[in-house]
Amino acid sequence: MSDQLSTEHLLGIQDLTPEDIALIFRTADGFKEVLNRPIKKVPSLRDITIANLFFESSTRTRVSFELAEKRLSADVVNFSFSGSSVSKGETLVDTVNNILAMKVDMVVMRHPDPGAAVFLSRHVDARIVNAGDGTHEHPTQALLDAYSIREKLGKVKGVKVLIVGDILHSRVALSNIFCLQKLGAEVMLCGPITLMPHHVSSLGVKVEHDLDKALAWCDVANMLRIQLERQGGDGITNFPSLREYAMLYGLDLDRYRRIGKDVVIMHPGPINRGVEVTSQVADHANSIILDQVENGVAIRMAVLYLLAARIPR
Amino acid sequence: MQPVTILGSKAFGLTVGRLCHQLIEDHGDLAGTALIGLQPRGVLLARRLRIELKRILGKEELEYGELDITFHRDDFRHRATPPTPSVTQLDFTLDDRKVVLVDDVLFTGRTIRAGLDALLTFGRPASVQLLVLVDRRFSRELPIQPDYVGKWVDSIGDQRVTVEWKESDGKDSVMLHVSDREGRPVPPSRRSTPQP
Repeated sequence: MSDQLSTEHLLGIQDLTPEDIALIFRTADGFKEVLNRPIKKVPSLRDITIANLFFESSTRTRVSFELAEKRLSADVVNFSFSGSSVSKGETLVDTVNNILAMKVDMVVMRHPDPGAAVFLSRHVDARIVNAGDGTHEHPTQALLDAYSIREKLGKVKGVKVLIVGDILHSRVALSNIFCLQKLGAEVMLCGPITLMPHHVSSLGVKVEHDLDKALAWCDVANMLRIQLERQGGDGITNFPSLREYAMLYGLDLDRYRRIGKDVVIMHPGPINRGVEVTSQVADHANSIILDQVENGVAIRMAVLYLLAARIPR
Repeated sequence: MQPVTILGSKAFGLTVGRLCHQLIEDHGDLAGTALIGLQPRGVLLARRLRIELKRILGKEELEYGELDITFHRDDFRHRATPPTPSVTQLDFTLDDRKVVLVDDVLFTGRTIRAGLDALLTFGRPASVQLLVLVDRRFSRELPIQPDYVGKWVDSIGDQRVTVEWKESDGKDSVMLHVSDREGRPVPPSRRSTPQP
């Protein structure tokens, strides 16, 4: 049992070992208990300053990271694309180095370009946490998804997880595949062929285009959000219409009942109600969508805590 | 060098029994008093005290909790690896309760400092007392003193005091290791018995 992460940054699930993931989960168990105390705050990171750099819109991830940081007693500065010097033409490395000059220890970054976090980790002197880089990875989301499965079903190994929808644009899907495979789960993807990436055959996952067949196979169904903002504006190009998508790949109560077993429902949010899932399914007893959000704070506290432990004094 | 036995199995039982009676002397039937064991080793003493107190008082339940102090330690980032947490089990508020904090060995006082910090996130107790099985006197780094002591041990820095429990180690005992971790002997210690 290792008690230190093998990596200095969290750039993607690909860099983590199964032992790292187990350590993050163990640590998150402790923080989950802290979050249920009357005073939900511990002093561990009181000498650490963290900058949240969001070059792309985000509500849940940003609030979740900020709460995690504050509950660890870190000092937090927020920085977003709009109204910043980035819109005046400053480069990413310059922007971050200017922030680091103010003695910042860690950077949590979301960026529209794949590989932005890796690039930054090579060029600046701070610990980087990737909060989503384009269509590449979103490691903390995958960790909290796997952690929520472990909490609901008691294990991840051997569990059959179905990921439905917009795989092509989804960093959540890619990180989830890496994370679930490292933990010994089986993964199947389901969605229209136009929303499957070309490299799908190299991922070692099953692919099924019929949602009913896929649902019959799985224990857990993770219903991804259709990323309307990445489909090319109003003239959606990858599928004919949202109505058709909802009919073929949306999960409503009738379809859910037809499965005939208690499949766990997940969604990384924000939900397009009536597209990926209907309200009755999103609010169903077997839905763990809000548990995912709750666990997100504990997982992010664990990641920040373990990375901070590796910063030399 | 062989470790020195400070408390053997029989004396161990008597000492735990005495601690229970001292608690009853001060707290009556323990209504309004909560016993909180510190993770990882203090809970072994707290569990034993809980069983003994229930037997002596003939009570079904005592207010009891287990507290992990990992995230409140002052040596985070001073150690090679981060401490990993144990389980906290404390499902009642401490507001206006009399709390008895329980640990096995009191040494520098830093664990208790962190314990107090962690404890206060569960409410505002009426009072907090400290009960330890072994008090290593003269090695305190913070101004913290126990209210109930099983055994005083005078030892110097390199020596180690270990407590073994029937439940986890097969027998009850308190040992003083007079060689350091590499097996080199260190000067013998003076040992004393509890004062009345």
